[in-house]
Parts: sequence; structure tokens; C-alpha cells
Amino acid sequence: MNIIDDIEREQMKEISEKRDVPEFSAGDTMKVHLKVVEGTRERIQIFEGLCIAKSNRALNSTFTVRKISNGEGVERVFPVYSPLINKLEVVRKGDVRRAKLYYLRGRSGKKARIAEKRMDNKDVSISKNTVKETPAKEEIKKDNNE
Amino acid sequence: MRSGLIVKKIGMTRLYLEDGTHVPVTVLSLKDCQVVANQSLIKNGYNSVTLASGEAKPKNTNKSQREAFAKVKITPKQKQMEFRVSEENMIPIGSELSANHFVVGQYVDATGITIGKGFAGAMKRHNFGGLRASHGVSISHRSHGSTGNSQDPGRVFKGKKMAGQMGNRQRTIQNLQVVAADQDRGLIFIKGGLPGSKGSWVSLKDAVKKAVPSDAPYPAGLKGASNSTKDDNRSEVEVDDVSSDKNKVAEEVVKEEVQIEEEVKKAEAPTKKEAISKEENLDAKKQEKTEDKKEKEN
Repeated sequence: MNIIDDIEREQMKEISEKRDVPEFSAGDTMKVHLKVVEGTRERIQIFEGLCIAKSNRALNSTFTVRKISNGEGVERVFPVYSPLINKLEVVRKGDVRRAKLYYLRGRSGKKARIAEKRMDNKDVSISKNTVKETPAKEEIKKDNNE
Repeated sequence: MRSGLIVKKIGMTRLYLEDGTHVPVTVLSLKDCQVVANQSLIKNGYNSVTLASGEAKPKNTNKSQREAFAKVKITPKQKQMEFRVSEENMIPIGSELSANHFVVGQYVDATGITIGKGFAGAMKRHNFGGLRASHGVSISHRSHGSTGNSQDPGRVFKGKKMAGQMGNRQRTIQNLQVVAADQDRGLIFIKGGLPGSKGSWVSLKDAVKKAVPSDAPYPAGLKGASNSTKDDNRSEVEVDDVSSDKNKVAEEVVKEEVQIEEEVKKAEAPTKKEAISKEENLDAKKQEKTEDKKEKEN
């Protein structure tokens, strides 16, 4: 009956029909395929990093991705239902014990690692999707170019 | 000058647009917004239309209002507002306005009553700084401080900002953009916030300081009508849909009228019914005439 809820639900449905909205949580390594418009040309840019926070607010849900770019920590907040996201991939599930991983901001190198989640039989379907465990060198080069 | 609309504030949300941007919007509901009276230059000295919106229980409507509504054969409504219009934009009584009255991208002015904050101090009402927390200040940490000078002028100037009633006043916000409109559900999405709480009445008008877009419907966006823009041949379309609209409304109202009278006052019922039946006859005759005319035209 609530009209606002209806409007938000419709928008969520529209986006989830266009692209996959996977289930993920803090600690997962994410690949965000973004639509970038340069002048008249549109291309896809990939932002890959660790999801350190997720806020679940239906249409207003967002998640924060942190990565180390050229030795500098970069964080970006994306709305889950943004039409600018072309594709959302979960590369690797992380094993963490809290919802917000802000403690990673003060850490670097080996200390900033997160163990991969051990997959039980239930999660086999997910493990199939997580193909690459270590990001290939080419992709790192790409990131640098950006 | 076109008529405005009476809408109800539903709440706020965000809309993702196709180009990837997102817009914070206020959702407004346009429901049963009908013309209940016309003021003309000859009769009243100025041109305007009176709109009414929202369903009111007939038993809770006072008698003078109830009978005014009965006269134009419209069910009683909660909110009435008058909008000044130019003579060519008069809307016939009984016609219902729809959400396509405003074009997407158009700018509008919104008038509503702001949320009341009660008797507020100078810090809250005028963003004064207040007094210090310590260093000898006693009991007056949130006071406004001095209100003027000394023996000369010896008085407080008019308009001095002080504590007082905050909010609960009529306020107009100009140049708000219409982001989207949903004609089926009667929803209008306007960028940004509007005065008033959820469920409060707001009136929308074409922005005073911006030009009305050329594809805006004239005299108004009406329901069940193929709306004509300014250049189209207007008169023909109008006459057709007005007669149909009026008949529909009339039928409904007559039914409800009978019910009300049975409930409220049985004694008065027969006289009123007679009057109504007379009116019905007149209507029927009018219908026949219009049909005849149409046939002739064909």
C-alpha cells in the first residue's frame, strides 16, 4: 500500500532485471564494472578491491570498496542499484567476523590480508563463480593505467 | 496563466535516471482534483477556477459546503483552493485534472504550510550563537543577548530577531523541477523538498520566473481527454469531454445524495428529490440536444 515502497521496489526490480545483483558482504573481493563517459564515448572501467562495508537499505543500499592504487589507499562508495554499474562480480569470498572492516585502513601489506572463506557443500555454487583467486598481472597493469 | 493543482505530499525518495544520475524527489499524489467553481470577470471582477481535492465524508461536511457541492453535483471534498487564470484558460466545472498537467522538466512553484516548531528560541529560530557556557554566564546560555543600543534610540527597532513562533506558516518555494509524472497512479515527482509534513496539502503552479514549456496542455491537463496544446483547435475537444465527465459525476452524486438524505434528514428528502429529478430531466434534455447536434455534424 505504501506508495514510496512501491516506487523503490519497482526501481530495484528494473535494475535487477538488467543485471545480476549478487549476494555479498564485507570481506569479499569485488569487481565493479563501471560505465564511464568520456566526451561522447562510453567505456567500461573496472574497479576491483575489497568490500569493507555494506549498508542494506533496500534501494538506498551502498557498499564501500577499498583498494591500494599506486601505493595509496582508495575507497569508493557505490550504490548497489546504481545504473552506472554495468556488472557486479564477487571474485573471492572473505572470512571475516565483523560487518565493517574499517580497521583495515590502518593496516598495510601482510597485515591487511583476509582469509578466504572455506566453502562447505552448500557454497559449491558460489565457489564455481569465484574463478580467479589471485588477480592476473594484466589487470593490475590496467588499474595503473587508469 | 494556467490553473495550478492541489496535491498531497506523500514522502521523499530517490529516482535513478537513465544517464546514471540520481535525483532526490518529493512524491506528490494527485487524486480526484476537480473544478468545483468558476469566477468570471463579469460576475466576480476577476477570472479564476476553484479546485477541490481529497474525499470528505458528507456527514462531516457542513451544510453550506455540502449544498454548494450538491449544486455542482460533485461529492464533498476536503481541500479547496482558488487559482487565478486568464480568461482563455477557464476550466469547466466538474472536469478532473490529471498528472500530465505539468510537463516533465518544467519548473513549478510549490506552496504549503511548513512543519510547526512551536515557540522557538533565538538560537533555533535565527541561528543566534547564544551566550558562553562558562566565564560567569548564569542561567542564560541560550538567550539572544542584547536587543539594541542605549538611551539613544531608547527603543528596540522593529523587526528585531527574537524568540517566537517558528514554522506552521505558509511558504512558497520557487523554481522546483518536475522530474517525472505517473498519470495512471496520479503521482508527480518534484526535485528537492517541499514545505509541510507527509500527508499535508501542497499547491503547485507554473513557475512565475520561468517560461511555461510550449508543449504544456491548455487550458489544463484533464483526465480522459486528449489534451490539446496551445496551437491545436481547442474548443471542439473541450466540449466533448466536458459533457461526458459531467454526466459521470452527476450520476454518482445523485446516488450518494439520495443516501445522505435518507440517513440525515428524512423530512427534507422529498422536496430535494423533486429538485434533483428536475435537474436530471434538464440534464437528459441537454444530452439529447448535444447528441442531436453531433448527428447533424456527422
